[in-house]
Amino acid sequence: MIALSDYLILGAVLFCISLAGIFLNRKNIIIILMSIELMLLAVNINFVAFSHYLQDSAGQIFVFFILTVAAAEAAIGLAILIVLFRDKRTINVSNLDSLKG
Amino acid sequence: MNIEQILFYAFSTVLVMAASAVITVRNPVHAALFLVLTFFTCAAIWLMLEAEFLAIVLVLVYVGAVMVLFLFVVMMLDINVEPMREGFIRYLPVGVFVAVVMLVEMAFVVGPQMFGLDKVADPLPRAGDYSNTEALGEILYTVYAYPFEIAATILLIAIVAAITLTMRRRPDSKYQNPAEQVRVRAEDRVRVVKMNAENK
Repeated sequence: MIALSDYLILGAVLFCISLAGIFLNRKNIIIILMSIELMLLAVNINFVAFSHYLQDSAGQIFVFFILTVAAAEAAIGLAILIVLFRDKRTINVSNLDSLKG
Repeated sequence: MNIEQILFYAFSTVLVMAASAVITVRNPVHAALFLVLTFFTCAAIWLMLEAEFLAIVLVLVYVGAVMVLFLFVVMMLDINVEPMREGFIRYLPVGVFVAVVMLVEMAFVVGPQMFGLDKVADPLPRAGDYSNTEALGEILYTVYAYPFEIAATILLIAIVAAITLTMRRRPDSKYQNPAEQVRVRAEDRVRVVKMNAENK
């Protein structure tokens, strides 16, 4: 028998790994995008686990919408990345300082 | 340990190791491939949670579409990986520290003392004729019809945004203008000249 807490802790571990990924790869915007996908996946695991243990399909519907938004986000993020690369010939985050913020 | 637990721990181990590989490998192509492994293992875990439809959607949409998009972009951009690795060692302690602190905090909130088997019982398995896809479709197209249409609009906007962002105007390339072609009239193209036959 697997408890709900096992799934929730698995989601927490995944979330923390992706959080560490954003810290470690702060120069590499592609890995940052991948870490964001991992974070959304961790949240989705929680939703699916709660949906199963509470026998309520609403959680799975929510995962469906999260997947939709995440796909849209990935597409637009990568499109911005390509435009950036065309403009500056680099995607190193430390070189993106034209706004001088 | 029964078969269910063995599967769960095997999949969890693969999931966590693949996710760790995503954030630590040097080559972004390898990171994308490890991300594929992560999504695939997660789909297996969702199958254990009786979310069959979402598991298949995760494989089809994420592994099949989004990750291919990632791979395309990673391979299309000619990236020098080395300068992007700088700061990896420098931020390693703080990154691991923040992650571990957050994990411990979350474990207090979602640990076995809050959501253990004695608090939330494992539900009985669904009957053999239960269809997850049918159950989801029934409420998706009735109760959640409005959010569903908003999701469709978001996807449409994403398509338009991605295309307009990446589309390039090329003034030197030759192309037809269909509007001008349709608007053309016969008298613009053909000139009928009336003249008498000439005598030799």
